[in-house]
Amino acid sequence: MQLPAPFDYERATSVDHAIQLLDRLGSGARIVAGGHSLLPMMKLRLVNVEYLIDINDLHRELGYVRVEPARIRIGAMTRHRELLDSPELRRSLPIFHDAERAIADPLVRNRGTIGGALCQADPSEDLSAVCTTLDASCVIRGPGGERVVTMAEFYRGPYETAVGAAEILTEIRIPLRPNGSSAFEKVGRRAGDWPIVSCGVAVWLDGAVITDARVGLAAVGPNTTGIPTVSRALRGRPPSEELFAEAGAIAAACCTPVDDQRGSAGYKRHLAAELTRRALRRAVARLDGRES
Amino acid sequence: MRRAPKAPDHRVPEAASAPDSRPTAFVDNDRKPVGHGRMLRKEDPRFVRGKGRFLDDIQLPGMLHLALLRAPIAHGRILSVDASAAEAHPKVKLVVTGAMLAERGLAWMPTMSGDVQAVLATDKVRFQGQEVAFVVAEDRYAARDALELIDVEYERLPAVVNVRTALDPSTPVIRDDLPGKSDNHCFDWETGDKAATEAAFARADVVVSQDMVYPRVHPAPLETCGAIADYDAVDGGLTLWSTTQAPHAHRTLYALVAGLPEHQIRVISPDIGGGFGNKVPIYPGYVCAIVASMLTGKPVKWTEDRSENLTSTAFARDYIMQGEIAATRDGTILAVRTSVLADHGAFNGVAAPAKYPGGFFGVFTGSYDLQAAYCTMTAVYTNKAPGGVAYSCSFRITEAVYLIERLVDCLAFQLTMDPVELRLANLLKPEQFPYTTKTGWVYDSGNYEVTLREAVRIADYDGLRREQKDKRARGELMGIGVSFFTEAVGAGPRKHMDIMGLGMADGAELRVYPTGKAVLRVSCQSQGQGHETTFAQIVAEEIGIPPADIKVVHGDTDQTPFGLGTYGSRSTSVSGAAAVLVSRKVRDKARLIASAMLEISVTDLVWDKGSFHVVGDPTSCVTIQEIAMHAYGTGDLPDGVEGGLEAQVHYDPENLTYPNGAYICVVDVDAQTAVFTVRRFVAVDDCGTRINPMIIEGQVHRGLTDGVGMALMEMIAFDDDGNCLSGSLMDYLLPSALEVPDWETGYTVTPSPHHPVGAKGVGESATVGSPPAVVNAVMDALKPYGIRHADMPLTPSRLWEAIRGNPQPPI
Ligand SMILES: Cc1cc2nc3c(=O)[nH]c(=O)nc-3n(C[C@H](O)[C@H](O)[C@H](O)COP(=O)(O)OP(=O)(O)OC[C@H]3O[C@@H](n4cnc5c(N)ncnc54)[C@H](O)[C@@H]3O)c2cc1C
Repeated sequence: MQLPAPFDYERATSVDHAIQLLDRLGSGARIVAGGHSLLPMMKLRLVNVEYLIDINDLHRELGYVRVEPARIRIGAMTRHRELLDSPELRRSLPIFHDAERAIADPLVRNRGTIGGALCQADPSEDLSAVCTTLDASCVIRGPGGERVVTMAEFYRGPYETAVGAAEILTEIRIPLRPNGSSAFEKVGRRAGDWPIVSCGVAVWLDGAVITDARVGLAAVGPNTTGIPTVSRALRGRPPSEELFAEAGAIAAACCTPVDDQRGSAGYKRHLAAELTRRALRRAVARLDGRES
Repeated sequence: MRRAPKAPDHRVPEAASAPDSRPTAFVDNDRKPVGHGRMLRKEDPRFVRGKGRFLDDIQLPGMLHLALLRAPIAHGRILSVDASAAEAHPKVKLVVTGAMLAERGLAWMPTMSGDVQAVLATDKVRFQGQEVAFVVAEDRYAARDALELIDVEYERLPAVVNVRTALDPSTPVIRDDLPGKSDNHCFDWETGDKAATEAAFARADVVVSQDMVYPRVHPAPLETCGAIADYDAVDGGLTLWSTTQAPHAHRTLYALVAGLPEHQIRVISPDIGGGFGNKVPIYPGYVCAIVASMLTGKPVKWTEDRSENLTSTAFARDYIMQGEIAATRDGTILAVRTSVLADHGAFNGVAAPAKYPGGFFGVFTGSYDLQAAYCTMTAVYTNKAPGGVAYSCSFRITEAVYLIERLVDCLAFQLTMDPVELRLANLLKPEQFPYTTKTGWVYDSGNYEVTLREAVRIADYDGLRREQKDKRARGELMGIGVSFFTEAVGAGPRKHMDIMGLGMADGAELRVYPTGKAVLRVSCQSQGQGHETTFAQIVAEEIGIPPADIKVVHGDTDQTPFGLGTYGSRSTSVSGAAAVLVSRKVRDKARLIASAMLEISVTDLVWDKGSFHVVGDPTSCVTIQEIAMHAYGTGDLPDGVEGGLEAQVHYDPENLTYPNGAYICVVDVDAQTAVFTVRRFVAVDDCGTRINPMIIEGQVHRGLTDGVGMALMEMIAFDDDGNCLSGSLMDYLLPSALEVPDWETGYTVTPSPHHPVGAKGVGESATVGSPPAVVNAVMDALKPYGIRHADMPLTPSRLWEAIRGNPQPPI
């Protein structure tokens, strides 16, 4: 059994209560949501916290997927499993379903939350790639009130986010634009493993022409989400296998993978191209109604 | 020979359809009340209810907790150890450093292979994760917290990580503790006939060479290792609960190492959550727990966490093998030659019989009729964890089988022959048994061609080849891999095989109580293999008492006769034989008593599984239960026969048993991502007489999963500084149900001629036989690219590099 260092434990009863606790207890306090990233680090003693503020009771307040005409709002405490099972998400943003099928295992998905995933800001995090691809924004609440930041502002670098010391992430907002679809592709070494590379794609078509497209990669270095050069290459052109391959090549050129136990940099770069191609192909097929 | 039936001989009934009111575990006994056959496991009701009693479930009054401080670096000199802050922790009872153990002469202990290993480091640390000091505290959290208060100053030394350059003169010497040691050489070993092999190679039309790596892997049992030591200072007795596969051998070794009188040591191995060889060695933690209990006068518990288990306990494999195979143009294999570079880590902790430093690697000639074979092996020290255990194989046979089965496939590739045809042409014939291999192993029995043809039939091999042809025409990658293995399990005989002087033989004791219920005591130790069921069935078959009425006692040295324990598929082949013989001894005595009861000569008695009756008169009969009551009662006993119905034996196997099998694996490879899936896997095992087919299938399923894991993803990796990169199950990947197909198992039955019921071991066959089948299948899929070999683990990345003509060995 892995044993964490000593810590105190508080259970928050509301978002405001959680913020008060964070404010009062200072920098030694840490929020625990699903605990699937934080607890392993505590047990390995890579992270020591003085106070753990458990926000699982806030699932009532922050566990939801709400569809509005122009956007979808997802509460920060929504569990992976709820994202996977949500029919609304599957219909409007199939990228979530694709990604969640390949994130971790049922045990982790039953507890892990979208808020925890984004706040963990692991460079291999699949949901970060999904949210960036979808041009999501994040609602952060603190003692001074609420602010909304884009994903680009939210993600400050590996394991760093815009969430301040006494703040919590409460909601993720995803704009809905007509005639769009999305897809996610991932290659891991095993079911439940973090990605070797994963790739999210969102495309919008106007008749036979791509009006907009976004591509985000995970696990291949910084700045690989929402790659603007890929979007530029795709806009205004009809979808085709050649175009997808071209986009893949750009995606591969934009990333900076490293050799590690998951694979060689060369292989990862190759995957970046291949998965971009596949995700584009699938997202466009969904728009055509050729795939669900 | 029985062919694999679609419906097994006696099925375990569906629980729902069981009309019986008794526990479903025993329902099958109604249909087949006595003896061998398919039967649910007697131990499972406690496991499925969470009522197993594992080491960490045991709580003793006043028990303290021990935690080990481990080296953060792979190689470094210890300059100073300051434990004062840890000692000042309010919950800490004791802190012990290497220097303190050295004062008691306990800083070093012998390994199972003639080397020594540090219990706590005194001079240097030699691998990352090595034990440096320990803390004993009131609870396990405090013990862990106090580790952080111990200040150790190291002078870093360059780490020896690359096994290929470990013997270069410029490389730092790891084992400067050994007198006169000036390099990292561990041992050299050879087997076979060099000159004859050279001559056979000279005659060959075709010689194929292939280098291959069997990477370092870890047995990774679900339950990590641990111990509770309880030393009674008044009577001088030590009770040690520990996760051990060999409680009796451990008891003797503690007596020899710690100087405790052996009759005062009681080793108890409770329920064990998997061993796979990992729980054969004695680890420093066990010794530290004993020392701690002696020093504190309290029971002391030590349990490892997952990272400690993966980084510091015994690994397996880690062989770099250069293989060569010689054949005629028409595919007659003439000879095999190999040279092996073995990484033994910082201490030679291999758990293998003393005369076999390379384990049973000598069976690398496989299942084929060769003219000559030769092997040289060089083992070296590196700054990595020690070990080299029989991880689900009988002492290095996994490596040997991988070598020969890859070489045969490379030869098939070279000759453009079908791998099944090539094997069929070279397999040993039934009439050649007992067969002495060119390296001196005497294979007991086999019907290899029939076994392979059975696998071919189940798999529909020809149909698969047709499907592959169609797929290749469409540019899709599909591969079919075959392997044929021969295992060598059930060590001894004792005169050839020993662990630190203890002959590899096992005892059994059987007591039949007055009411006809029985207790069997055996020296082997289940880690999940179902001994409580199989051994009860073995006895039931011999003396006719139903398995439900037979209790199997194991894992407590005060309660069981001496024996070397469970690993290398020894249990059924050695202890199982002992159980048969002790049952027959009891039956012989029962026959004498029956003759007195029926007032008839023993020669006029007929045994009918559970009763003796008079020849020609089945109504004149006494049951074993009646005989038991008589044996303890007041009735007359024959002259010279004592009362009671019990017996004891010590079984020394005449030879190993040689289970074998034919495996066929089908994979599909995504050419763009290089991700492959194992679509089908057919395993036909021949383990001789099958005592409980359901348990055998369970063992095979486990081993196949293991084999797929090793072929695809498992590896203990290190960086250039000797940091272990595989210290958690996020990094050391084990396969899940999603990576493996529904197993298709079949069997043939070729009994072992020297085992009293013809049974051979089977626990490890599938781990041994499956990795080459998977790799052969993947290589077969990549044939269109002209690739012959890529090393395990076949991660998508390594496969992609191989497809691009750049196959990289993992080390
Ligand atoms: C075995 C395993 C496999 C996994 N595989 C994958 C995978 O394939 N792909 C993948 O993307 N992920 C994977 N994960 C990560 C998984 O998705 C985690 O659940 C997720 O990263 C964290 O969510 P959580 O709710 O458990 O967060 P926690 O562990 O509770 O928290 C993580 C961090 O976020 C902070 N935090 C949590 N919620 C908030 C909030 N509302 N506001 C501010 N800060 C907050 C915490 O303080 C902490 O620092 C895996 C995890 C495991 C254990």
